Amino acid sequence: MIYRRRASPLHAARAGVGCAYCAALALAVLLLSAPILLGALVISIAGAAVFAGVGREIRRAALFALPLGLLVMAVNMLVAQSGLTVIARLGDLPVFGQTDVTLEATVYGAVLGVRAVALILCGALYTAAVDPDEVLALFRRFSFHSALTATLATRMVPVLARDARRLAEAQRCRPGPPPSRARLMRATTAGVLDRALDVAAALEVRGYGAARRPARRGSRVRRPYSRHDLAFAASAVALVGLAIGARVAGLAPFSSDPSLYAPVRAGGAAVAVAIVLSALLPFADRRGIER
Amino acid sequence: MSVLSLDNVTYTYPGAVAPAIADVTLEIGPGELVVLAGASGSGKSTLLRAANGLAPHFYGGVFAGRATVAGMDTRDHGPGALAAAVGTLFQDPETQVVMGTVRAELALPLENQGEAPTAVARAVEEAALALGIAHLLDRPTAELSGGELQRVALGAALAGQPKLILLDEPTSQLDPVAGDELIALLRRLNEDFDAAIVIAEHRLERCLAFADRTIAMRGGRVVCDAAPAEFLAWACASAPELATPGGRLLAGLGLEPAAGVKAARAALRSHGLLPDAGEPDVRDPGPRSRRPEPALRFDRVWHEIDRGPVVLRGVSLEIGPGERVALMGRNGAGKSTLLRHAAGLMRPTRGKVRSAGRVALLLQNPADYLVGEHVRQEASASALATVGLGDPALRERHPRDLSGGEKQRLALAIVLDGAGGPSYKTAVVCLDEPTRGMDRRRKDELAALLCELDAAVVVATHDPEFVAAFANRVILLADGAPIADGSPHEILAGGTYFATETARILGGAGGVLLPDEGVALVGGSITPGAEVGA
Repeated sequence: MIYRRRASPLHAARAGVGCAYCAALALAVLLLSAPILLGALVISIAGAAVFAGVGREIRRAALFALPLGLLVMAVNMLVAQSGLTVIARLGDLPVFGQTDVTLEATVYGAVLGVRAVALILCGALYTAAVDPDEVLALFRRFSFHSALTATLATRMVPVLARDARRLAEAQRCRPGPPPSRARLMRATTAGVLDRALDVAAALEVRGYGAARRPARRGSRVRRPYSRHDLAFAASAVALVGLAIGARVAGLAPFSSDPSLYAPVRAGGAAVAVAIVLSALLPFADRRGIER
Repeated sequence: MSVLSLDNVTYTYPGAVAPAIADVTLEIGPGELVVLAGASGSGKSTLLRAANGLAPHFYGGVFAGRATVAGMDTRDHGPGALAAAVGTLFQDPETQVVMGTVRAELALPLENQGEAPTAVARAVEEAALALGIAHLLDRPTAELSGGELQRVALGAALAGQPKLILLDEPTSQLDPVAGDELIALLRRLNEDFDAAIVIAEHRLERCLAFADRTIAMRGGRVVCDAAPAEFLAWACASAPELATPGGRLLAGLGLEPAAGVKAARAALRSHGLLPDAGEPDVRDPGPRSRRPEPALRFDRVWHEIDRGPVVLRGVSLEIGPGERVALMGRNGAGKSTLLRHAAGLMRPTRGKVRSAGRVALLLQNPADYLVGEHVRQEASASALATVGLGDPALRERHPRDLSGGEKQRLALAIVLDGAGGPSYKTAVVCLDEPTRGMDRRRKDELAALLCELDAAVVVATHDPEFVAAFANRVILLADGAPIADGSPHEILAGGTYFATETARILGGAGGVLLPDEGVALVGGSITPGAEVGA
């Protein structure tokens, strides 16, 4: 998955604001655990992806994330023995021992799984909709080398994916039994190190080793804050505020130990609606966005 | 004042027993365009690394002598400091473009130098305009083709307006069109700006015509430093593997070698030796194998990508046992896809592929095949001997320590290895772009090896000189379908893009492809005993 400039309000917003928006969504996912609110956040992320024109990319990320979410849920279901409502007695299982599956552990596992999926989707939304080079420019004042390393990692993902496909094809061309995983791992590591050396040499001759803090004088014309910048910044603030407020005020309580407690109250429902509206309203303003 | 001065420079890589370059002394002046010639391992890349400070600052090792770039001693200034005066372009475009967008890539070197944003923005615009990549500025670098990436990397090297530009085989990973475009671009940049350019290149016929000077290296030492025509005369006499086909043609006729097709043609014309183009091919290509059981058969093969382009369009082909076939065509014509279908790596969306036995496929990067700790672990002794790697000492070496040509042969041994048993014979050997980055000697060795194989050989390539050396049939693909199928003399003699340098010089006369054939053709018009040009 790579960033590609698209005609959407999120792409039109400056990278710092885009970062803050994605970070606010991720923070809300971490702060909230009530299913209704997590559901609202997943809807918000998916909606943001669709309105930003990166729905296909996020769908691909979801296909990768869903098995992980299910795995998290299954592990919690088998490992956590808390909860009073037994829904299945699996008997004496190897590794796990005497295993009773409870409704509470299952639901809590599902919450953890949804949270993991939602965090991955936030990362995917950031990758697809926020310009990494602009982010680098943003952070280079503080830590240029770290920011460049992060950008480089993003850039190298498709390159290494192509390398992996090539290697797999070459191994299919070998007659006889396939080489062991250990040999393949050694070969792959050697290839990656070769590429890393080449990249490092390229960075050296581009002056990376002598990189200086960027000049402040003679700055280009300051880019004024646009409507989209302000809208997404406000959205990020609102999302964080709603998440903290809902958690502090206990508007959407959730507990899974010893028994499941997740009442849907008016306050919780209102927060859920507010989250979705806050996250998606900035996309309503498409003035100035080319079609 | 010279922009690059090497004074008795000797450099040895860490752990190496012999220096990669030894006692190199040379000076390059402002605006000079210098071609570095030499076989693989002759020290060309190391010389460039010594000039941009990578040797010794990045690679370590032992450095003796003095290298000065734009007044900066490389012992005191590392690559980062030298980057303001030296722009460098390497072989592989994938590993030297590091940013997400073209604009950011062009800006990076200037930002590293601490330039003000307005100066960076202006330099990016100018570099993009100079290289004709302004339309790519906001494109993600991950979406660019190899040729576009190489231009972007050149733009990044040029953005800081360096006094010296070093290019290490910049066209070796590009198809011929992209390679020619890059060379033409360099020529224009050299004329427009005052930057000195040093380019290490194997396909000398591409760039000698507009070089000011050629430096030849052998065993880490400078063995010739002369104008291109004088270099060719030296190469024809002392280093035939470095002589261009045009140079060999003229030398074979007793003329002074000239650099480039135009100059060679002018030399022939001035001596009254330029034959009329006439019919493109008059020779009989010989009987083509039409046995009842072909080694490989494509029966109306289609390859369509879901919601994407059609890569192969109903290809029907038969490759006879023992045939040596070259697949040619522009990038995206379907050559590599056809080979993958032959080897069973892909399934046709329609049609069938049949073969009379195993189909071995050697893909573009031989290193992808190497997984062992020793050469002997990769293939059987007989397979290694077949490809000329039977030396016991060689068999104990680590595969990744082999030279590029040896890696290529080892990968060929791997795919040829009869692991399926003697009854399961290899019917077809397919190779995808096997000559990328190879010097002429290694190409000749590979061609000779392919000619010795019993199996049918199918090679996808852009290299007409290599095709002329090994193939007895050429299939030209365009838009996923064969558009021409005939002998090399029929296909390669008449055109320009799919033609050898000899054929271009002689205008396709007599279907001649190689210098020796050209000498025989043109020499036939010379009266025995008469002085040429008299």
